[in-house]
Amino acid sequence: MSKLDVKNVNFYYGDFHALKNIDMQVEEKNVVAFIGPSGCGKSTFLRLLNRMNDLIPGARLTGEIRIDGENIYDRSVRIDNLRKNVGMVFQRPNPFPKSIFENVAYGLRVNGIKDKDFIESRVEETLRGAALWDEVKDKLKKSAFALSGGQQQRLCIARAMAVSPSILLMDEPASALDPISTGKVEELICDLSNKTTIIIVTHNMQQAARVSSKTAFFYMGELIEFNDTKRLFTNPEKQTTQNYITGRFG
Amino acid sequence: MVKFVDSELNSLKKEVNEMWTLVYNQMELSKNAVLNLDKEQADTIIAREKRVNSYDLKIDSDVEDFIALYNPVAIDLRFALSVLNINNNLERIGDYAEGMARYVLRADETPVDKVLFVDLRLEEMFNQTLYMISAAQKAFCEEDIELAKTILEKDNLLDEINADSTRTLSQYTVEHPEMAKRCFELAAVFRKLERTGDHISNIVEEIVFYIDAKVLKHSKKNNLGAQQGA
Repeated sequence: MSKLDVKNVNFYYGDFHALKNIDMQVEEKNVVAFIGPSGCGKSTFLRLLNRMNDLIPGARLTGEIRIDGENIYDRSVRIDNLRKNVGMVFQRPNPFPKSIFENVAYGLRVNGIKDKDFIESRVEETLRGAALWDEVKDKLKKSAFALSGGQQQRLCIARAMAVSPSILLMDEPASALDPISTGKVEELICDLSNKTTIIIVTHNMQQAARVSSKTAFFYMGELIEFNDTKRLFTNPEKQTTQNYITGRFG
Repeated sequence: MVKFVDSELNSLKKEVNEMWTLVYNQMELSKNAVLNLDKEQADTIIAREKRVNSYDLKIDSDVEDFIALYNPVAIDLRFALSVLNINNNLERIGDYAEGMARYVLRADETPVDKVLFVDLRLEEMFNQTLYMISAAQKAFCEEDIELAKTILEKDNLLDEINADSTRTLSQYTVEHPEMAKRCFELAAVFRKLERTGDHISNIVEEIVFYIDAKVLKHSKKNNLGAQQGA
């Protein structure tokens, strides 16, 4: 069984048909990159995977999205449970106005965990996992806003990872970062791929090539090609994909 | 961005074409120099070899810049990698033309037996080599995969003439021991032409890789249909 199984998904913003007949299977502990020009539907599709589009007026979905075999749009699914299992990191770092420690502990507390020792050990473990522990271990009580942009983004990744999601969604997680911070986030993605399935939207094609094992190319709401990253960037099957990745679009 | 990339690709293609034409001309001059023992043409070849080397360095450097500055992928990356290897093979063919020119400069004025020359099929070998260089250039410029495939088959004739020449020259040396040194040097000319054929085959493999993303290296010659995609 695939970790993620998408079948014939169509999505509409009112009359606008934003995603057309999307089919996709993602295996566990893979890093999958979504690429495509602005407005092609890649972020819309990403946000469907933890039901971030539910509250948009006029939004409508047909088809099925299954995670570990369960249809996440089934009425019985609790959204807070879904989002615990499917974490998300956004383009701009968005730490809570709390201390570094409390940012990471937040998800644990929201999920009802009160054991202080467990929370402390989990925060340390998660910050180590996010390659941030050595940089923040002496200032855990300081505001998260005191960190640099790159550190804030890694803190947000740690916050998402603290509740052990089985899928982590990342919407252009390094586009607002300098090359060194970007490199650290990319290393982190590679490290985390041993623990979780990662789906990343990126406009940086070199980044997609570096971090992912499979890449999906979207164009005008359609999934044009979903292939091994190495294959897609050396010898894509579709001419439209080749035109996009070589910069000859339109 | 795309305008810059296309402009760089066109510029690289133009440079390789110029290199190709230069190397073809060097080989054509070698043919005339070897068949007529023309030392003046041999001098011209040696003087022009510096231009071949300059093109070699320039193309290498321009491909390096293109990869570093434009991060090419897919067909653009295959083109850049192919140009590097084609350039390298053309440079080696240029070296062989120079080597044959040096043979002409070293050779004494005694004309070689005309019957022997006919038996050796040296002119035919030169003509076949020149055809292969020119056809490969056309296949590259016009991205003509069918033409490229036919060139690989032509290398067999060069191998056959080279093998025959060894037998013919050995026999001739036994019968004319005073011509032994000249025969050994002529055998080296045949080997150079045979090796030129191998380099053209390498170039054709690069053309197929560039256009079709198929890797023919180290596979059985003329077996294009059975190749896996890269």
